[in-house]
Amino acid sequence: MNAPLNPAASGASAPREEGAAARRLSFILVFAPFALWIALVILVPQLNLFFLSLREKVGPQVYVLGPRNYTELFGESVYVLTLVRTVVMSLLATFATLIIGFPIAYYIAKIARGRARTLLFMSCLLPFWVSELVRVFGWMLILRETGLLSRLLQGLGLVDGPVELLYNDVAVMVGLIYTSMLFMVVPLVSTLDSLDDALVEAGYDLGGNGLVVLWEIVIPHAKPGIVAGAIIVFMLNLGNYLTPTLLGGKNSQWFTAQIYSQFITRFNWESGSAFGFVLLVTSSLIVWLALRASGQTLSGTIGKG
Amino acid sequence: MRDVKGIIVGLLASVMLTAAVPARAETLRLLTWGDYAPEAVIKKFKDATGIDVEVTISNNEDMISKLRATGGAGFDLAQPSQDRILGPQTDFGIYKPMDLSKITAGLFIPELLDAAKKNTAIDGKVYGVAHLWGTSGLVVDRKKAPDIKSFLDLCKSEYKGRVSMRLKRPALLGMAFALGEDPFAAYGDKAKYQAIIDKAGAALAACKANVKAYWSGSDDLLNMIRSGEVVAAEAWDSTGFKLNAENPDINFVAPAAGALGWIDTFALPAKGKNDDAAYKWINFVMQPEIAAMIVDSAGSFSASKGSDQFVSPKLRAAFQQAFPPEVIAQIKWFPAVPAGLEEMEGKVLDKVAAGN
Repeated sequence: MNAPLNPAASGASAPREEGAAARRLSFILVFAPFALWIALVILVPQLNLFFLSLREKVGPQVYVLGPRNYTELFGESVYVLTLVRTVVMSLLATFATLIIGFPIAYYIAKIARGRARTLLFMSCLLPFWVSELVRVFGWMLILRETGLLSRLLQGLGLVDGPVELLYNDVAVMVGLIYTSMLFMVVPLVSTLDSLDDALVEAGYDLGGNGLVVLWEIVIPHAKPGIVAGAIIVFMLNLGNYLTPTLLGGKNSQWFTAQIYSQFITRFNWESGSAFGFVLLVTSSLIVWLALRASGQTLSGTIGKG
Repeated sequence: MRDVKGIIVGLLASVMLTAAVPARAETLRLLTWGDYAPEAVIKKFKDATGIDVEVTISNNEDMISKLRATGGAGFDLAQPSQDRILGPQTDFGIYKPMDLSKITAGLFIPELLDAAKKNTAIDGKVYGVAHLWGTSGLVVDRKKAPDIKSFLDLCKSEYKGRVSMRLKRPALLGMAFALGEDPFAAYGDKAKYQAIIDKAGAALAACKANVKAYWSGSDDLLNMIRSGEVVAAEAWDSTGFKLNAENPDINFVAPAAGALGWIDTFALPAKGKNDDAAYKWINFVMQPEIAAMIVDSAGSFSASKGSDQFVSPKLRAAFQQAFPPEVIAQIKWFPAVPAGLEEMEGKVLDKVAAGN
């Protein structure tokens, strides 16, 4: 009985509701691929991994729930040392990438102009047109005992016999820096680009020398880019499998190689999952600590970068 | 309009045709080692039976991982080593028993067939039949390292930085034999086995300074030996024979304690869909002429009776040089690995890999 009394109101509200429903539908449609991606590709496998890591094998095809895989990992100094080694070397490689990448990014963003700028940017990008495997093999050809660099040094008379430059930690570092340089340079260029040249000039006008200007003006401005680049590069280094395995020597164990060998050569999925989870937690923890220490937020760095 | 209808009907018909064709052509999904299914053999098999063979190249650990991931589905025939069937089968149930009546026993060398049958039997059911066999031992450039005769010789100080190994169970067990132990006899006694592999692991760790780099695929090793960077290595005989064809100074050398012998088998994955094709393939590749083609490509020897007559003379010469009868008699055949041992070995090998 109420409806005909107020035809205007019902006439006005119906399309509004329709509009809201349509908006909701379009939101669901747009959001669905993202939600499916997160759920099916990230959440479900991680949960499965976590569940696997808590299974203890007590006999053929018999499992019980328990933390043994974790206690075994932490009880064996070999595995803990490998994890620490991997983290420390990843941090060092990240720092080295920053030190090398910063001047490059500064030059591209502030000094180079026009075509030179494009060219420089392209030359950073170019190595990524081939697969990582090919790039690492390239380094193997350069560094090996019968390789390019060893021959060159012998030809110049700097060394007497062939020198082995491959299969050591320095080779791994070189490989890691080379592999992840672009991911440091891009966020740095984008933040440095937004730095107003007038601020740098003002710094000099106020009597600062180059170092002071760098420390007081350029670096604080570039901080989100530095943190974003460092996080990406650190994660890439920590999770790298190919470079340490191929360039690293008999002592250069990388944690990802341990995970691989648990899964593939030992068929011990339970302990492999525990290894994977420990790596995930460790890297999340380090990133969180780095963000806290630098006073940045994840959305403020990666989002901008 | 009629044209459009015609086109649609035509399209539908062609779609149905293309969909029907692959369903009619049979395929055999083979999970095997590199060079075990040469292109020429696949073509001959197709000509003879009309069955396509899809090859996936793998190794022992990878086969077990792949089949474990699917519960034994995805492949119709796999080729694990005979000693790697018992453990994984007990743990994961990835194979199904073989129907030996479907295999032409007369094509096989009886000793090898029996050995594989014995080693792959669980509860009276046989899970594997022999295909190729070979050994693991030393590959030595005899001009540059004339005195390497045993695993312990790899650790001599004059070969510092000049040797290589693969950090897997053959190296560990080879070292154990070189130290005078018998790890195979201790397979049933976990405490004793642990003591033996701990000792061998310590020896491998002490030898680490001599190792230039641990190899993982045979191509790594081939490169290091060809370039002269490595003069001796723990390796498979097939690698030695391959290098011998290029440089007669290099060949396989059976260690003084005996080479470690393996037999690769045919085994049926638990959820394989085309067992008939698998049996057909087995009977086809065990014919002497076909088996010889595989021997030439793989560098390992066949369990097919009479195949050695058809093998290339170069390979036969390398084999005869490396394996005089007394060396063959001394081969230590890998017994089936009981479940659980590989985890123990894995830990020891991890320690060797991580230690300085």
